[in-house]
Amino acid sequence: MASTIRVRATSKDDITEVQALIQHPMDSGFVKDSKGEIIPPHFIQKLTFELDGKTVFAADWGGGISKDPYIKFSFKGGKKGDELKVSWSDNKGASDQTTAKIG
Amino acid sequence: MTTNNHQFSRRLILQGAGAVALIGLGNFGLAPALAAANDKYPEEAFKAKNEADAIKALYGKAPEASDKVKLDAPEIAENGAVVPVSVSTSLSDVTSISFLVAENPVALVASYKIPAGTMPAIANRIKMAKTSNVIVVVEAGGKLYSAAKEVKVTVGGCGG
Repeated sequence: MASTIRVRATSKDDITEVQALIQHPMDSGFVKDSKGEIIPPHFIQKLTFELDGKTVFAADWGGGISKDPYIKFSFKGGKKGDELKVSWSDNKGASDQTTAKIG
Repeated sequence: MTTNNHQFSRRLILQGAGAVALIGLGNFGLAPALAAANDKYPEEAFKAKNEADAIKALYGKAPEASDKVKLDAPEIAENGAVVPVSVSTSLSDVTSISFLVAENPVALVASYKIPAGTMPAIANRIKMAKTSNVIVVVEAGGKLYSAAKEVKVTVGGCGG
């Protein structure tokens, strides 16, 4: 199955800029469907970016993050060709992870 | 006898007080420590209905407004389901950044850990139930700083 995570990491002048787009419904638990029934909460709670086993960025998310979340940040270090590990887990216990080569 | 008894009971009371103090520390001291360490999901902070309670649950203290925190959010959001919001700061030793929406059913939207070497600048997309203040809290050098901006929402993003 294709990964739910799409990452673009680019290194320039010793700074790596990371953009990630994740496919996830991010249901907050406050929205009703067309029948007027509450759509149960289903959202990513933790998202982590690691380089060489070291966390470079970590997110705790609630249901207030938009559907198919987007995140952008940057960190010092990381060379072209280094592998960035990205992983998430949601409130239902599902998870996914991927690695992206820094370009 | 009476003196002994008195001393004995006083010791008991003191021990009791010590235990209570420890439990108290556990409740109030542990939550911010865990949030800072970011190993554990801050369940309580994500249950808080208003921003002040969420910030307290997350950090154990209140922030002060700072013009060194730059919050970039639209004046008007046509679609409350997707509001692009970003923050950057000139503060040093930033360890964490959190986004909150005052009028959302759950005020806390996201809390980010910023390890040493990671830039204190983040862009993400958040949901807004209605017109509200967006608040960003930056933890730097153990202190809390905040910035807020009102975003007008024409169509809510939380089924409202």
